[in-house]
Amino acid sequence: MSEVLENREVAKIYIDARGPRFAAIITTIVLATALVTQNVWVLVAQGVVFLIGAVKGPQFTPYGAIFKSAIKPRLKGVAPTEDVRPPKFAQAVGLVFALVAAVGAFAGAGLVFTIAVGAALAASFLNAAFNYCLGCEIYLLLVRFTSR
Amino acid sequence: MKTYLPLAIVIALSTAYGFWWKANQGAIRTKKAVPGHRLSAEILGEALGTRATMVQFSSAFCTPCRATHSLLSQMVASMKDVKHIQVDAESHLELVRELDIRSTPTTLFVNSQGIEVGRAAGTPKRDQVLAALANIV
Repeated sequence: MSEVLENREVAKIYIDARGPRFAAIITTIVLATALVTQNVWVLVAQGVVFLIGAVKGPQFTPYGAIFKSAIKPRLKGVAPTEDVRPPKFAQAVGLVFALVAAVGAFAGAGLVFTIAVGAALAASFLNAAFNYCLGCEIYLLLVRFTSR
Repeated sequence: MKTYLPLAIVIALSTAYGFWWKANQGAIRTKKAVPGHRLSAEILGEALGTRATMVQFSSAFCTPCRATHSLLSQMVASMKDVKHIQVDAESHLELVRELDIRSTPTTLFVNSQGIEVGRAAGTPKRDQVLAALANIV
């Protein structure tokens, strides 16, 4: 009953689970800055990070690089691993919010920018503070609503 | 132009939701079962346990699914009458809709007749699982 889950081809990439958690902290700070300053370019920069994370994987983003070079060497203990797909999915959700926010800002709709950045911030803050699993909560609902 | 109000609202709401979410992760709820629904070997593709079965719905974008799977499969290894069956939610959407599964991992605690007696969203604790199984005779 779990053909997809046990498919070794799709489940073969595992990363250090502390990486995405660290990235979520930086993302929270960057998005909070974008929200407070209402600066669209801060948001665009974060959007580029989301794009890399969603397409290539969170371990290839600048935040992933900082984690690998500066944070990981200082951490003790055995690295907990996680499947790369859940954080990749979360990055894709972040990218969607960033796109909506950017379009809103460039179209002069400040409220759209504020709401979309606020939504992305909520998700990254929940991930950073509570280890919230966005894919767990919304992926199945999305599939339920979008397919017959 | 700086504005702190949206940030304050987002942080306040997410913090409240985060604590609520964390507190409910793994908690076993007994009133979520769909009345009249029965799981069977035909639906699951595997025979039910003689006393109880834990049916775990998982998805690919779910980190705690793996931890839940290893906890439950390790627990049933020493139980003769309890089975653990993992279901890929995405490829069984009809069943997911019938049972109103909204998030992964969701584990249904099912008796020998295939009737749900409780369910847990998120990774349950070992004690919670033991307590739920003890209630199934």
